[in-house]
Amino acid sequence: MRKYIINSFFLVSVIAVIYSCQNQETIDLQNYMSNGKSVYVAKCQNCHGENGEGLGQLAPPLTDTVFLKTNKNRLACIIKNGANETFVINGKEYKEKMPAFPELADIDVAQVMVYITNSFGNKQGFVDYKQVSTQLQNCK
Amino acid sequence: MNKIIFSIAVCLLSVTILSSCKQEKKLPFYGERHAETTTDANGTEKVDTVYQTIPSWSFLNQDSVVTTNKVTDGKIYIADFFFTSCTTICPTMHRNLMTVYNDFKTNPDVMFVSHTIDFKYDKPSVLKKYAQKLGVDGAKWQFLYGSKDSVYTLAEKNYLVAVGEDSTAKDGYIHQGYLVLIDKDRRIRGAYDGTKTDQVEQLKKDIPVLLAEYKK
Repeated sequence: MRKYIINSFFLVSVIAVIYSCQNQETIDLQNYMSNGKSVYVAKCQNCHGENGEGLGQLAPPLTDTVFLKTNKNRLACIIKNGANETFVINGKEYKEKMPAFPELADIDVAQVMVYITNSFGNKQGFVDYKQVSTQLQNCK
Repeated sequence: MNKIIFSIAVCLLSVTILSSCKQEKKLPFYGERHAETTTDANGTEKVDTVYQTIPSWSFLNQDSVVTTNKVTDGKIYIADFFFTSCTTICPTMHRNLMTVYNDFKTNPDVMFVSHTIDFKYDKPSVLKKYAQKLGVDGAKWQFLYGSKDSVYTLAEKNYLVAVGEDSTAKDGYIHQGYLVLIDKDRRIRGAYDGTKTDQVEQLKKDIPVLLAEYKK
């Protein structure tokens, strides 16, 4: 009986240790997600909507996972510098100009990008802000 | 036994009395008001409260057609001030107003009137494109273009919505995001912050209340 109790204690503590030891990337992802959401609410939600649904044909939805994946390396530049080209999203054309957000720091861009690409049905995972910084330096 | 019947009867009676006491809900009146004394045919004097009303107006709509307040005759309508290149509150306002529009699309007694405050850029053709892209088609929702003076005066003096040019603002203009509810007699009966979902929900509840006032 005593053995059982000791064994189960041991097992529980092992599980607890594993559980508390989430890897650094998961913690970073959660961190980016929550900060990214605040940036999203402040800067993006007006046009793109609370659930990334867009607004008519004025602002495209952010639910096209294929578009977001194929343009993965351009997203940071679009977020910061806006866009003035036709995008085909979910099979529809969007021609309105997207404004620039020069006030966003690289870390803000990284966080909001991670938030968008892991919300609204997207699941692209974590991108570090250093990577985003490099992308932002090479915007066309 | 008699006692029980008696108490049940008392209960029923009180319930009926209480439920019949419910007062009909009426929307408030906004703006200035004054008392006016009128004399009717019999020579008896009557004091009436006169409320602020929206004056006559005439603007170009999204189809470049001269549109006057006559289009709202016999209807209640919701008015707001926006501009098409606005990236701050307008998209949210019109996203929310769209849900009201969709709810009352088939009701001929309800109209929507949006005034642009960007007198430089928002010509009727721009408004038309905006309306189409928002998903609005037809005359139920009018997008109106007018001179700076006429629109800004109407906004501030009559609809009680603050608007203005501001070179320090991101898009060049600042304005309040109110959706103003106007009754069939051109009086202001409500103002709802179009950026807040709960206030827009209230507007949806108030529209039938206002329409009911005219049913008698």
